[in-house]
Amino acid sequence: MDLTKIASLGLSVGIFCFVVWLVRERRLREKYALLWLCTSVFVILLTVSRRILEVAALAIGIYYPPSLLFLVGVLFLLLVAIGHSVTLSRLSESNHNLAQEVALLRKQVDDLKEENKKG
Amino acid sequence: MRILAIIPAYNEARNITAVIEDLKSFRGDILVVNDGSTDDTAAIAKSLGAEVVSHPFNLGIGGTVQTGLRYAYEHGYDMAIQFDGDGQHRGDQVFKILELVQKGEADLVIGSRTLPGGYKMGITRFIGSRIFHCLIRCLAGKAIHDPTSGFRCYGKTTIRLFSRFYTDDYPEVESIITAARNGLRVVEVPVLMRGRLSGHSSITRRKSAYYMLKVTLAMVVDAMRGRDLVGES
Repeated sequence: MDLTKIASLGLSVGIFCFVVWLVRERRLREKYALLWLCTSVFVILLTVSRRILEVAALAIGIYYPPSLLFLVGVLFLLLVAIGHSVTLSRLSESNHNLAQEVALLRKQVDDLKEENKKG
Repeated sequence: MRILAIIPAYNEARNITAVIEDLKSFRGDILVVNDGSTDDTAAIAKSLGAEVVSHPFNLGIGGTVQTGLRYAYEHGYDMAIQFDGDGQHRGDQVFKILELVQKGEADLVIGSRTLPGGYKMGITRFIGSRIFHCLIRCLAGKAIHDPTSGFRCYGKTTIRLFSRFYTDDYPEVESIITAARNGLRVVEVPVLMRGRLSGHSSITRRKSAYYMLKVTLAMVVDAMRGRDLVGES
């Protein structure tokens, strides 16, 4: 085992533990944690066996295996970022609706209170 | 016919009294939608006898108008007008935008500054309006000369549509496409407006490039959507 292998193995195991810790602290939902856990398992696999990457790269005609890693990594992050934008849009939509609902309900409550006072 | 005047207001304590006074001759209810103001806008409006709905935080002009339209929808109003809280719109012009909706000849009426009888606008705004004018003609087949005008009258169907679908930021132009796409009749009438009493436009020069891009994208995408109102009368 060379030094790079140990370092990258340590890093990916570290990330795996960090994600589990975040879930344990209820700071990360399981739904999103799953994505990052799978990612770190994937990275651990690649670190352990360099063969996987080499075979995959040659199979699709990439002669320098690490560039496949970059390609896949960048594409993956891109998709995750788009996914987060979608989530963010949905959240701001519901936030917006809730704010309006609260405003309208508060008005109704005030009106009812006033009516009660009179009656 | 029950009519609601919706006044979107964000920190308009200095203007709101004059605006409500200006609507004295308006025969209908007045609703001030307070968009998370940090000043006395809501209290002043209440003391003048207007209904007030207050957002818990700032939502922007689109969300504010939409809250008013939701209120109108929930309370069964037949028509609603949008009358800005900054004093630009004139109470004596309201009858002009009401007329066609009242007669059942239009679903959305836009009070226009550029048709004969309107006022002169700044050069940046003029160019922007021209671009939007062309886009609306391409996408919706309608000639609207002052698409950014917020002086509007909504009919019952439009109230229902917009209470569900209305954009947060810079909604004016896009909403024309939304209405046209749903088969509503959008009509523009000339009105007179004032320069603003105090405060300044929400669209600064720096923001105007973003504004143009965002609104253009929203319009083009909106034109690709199908009808929103299905199976309701």
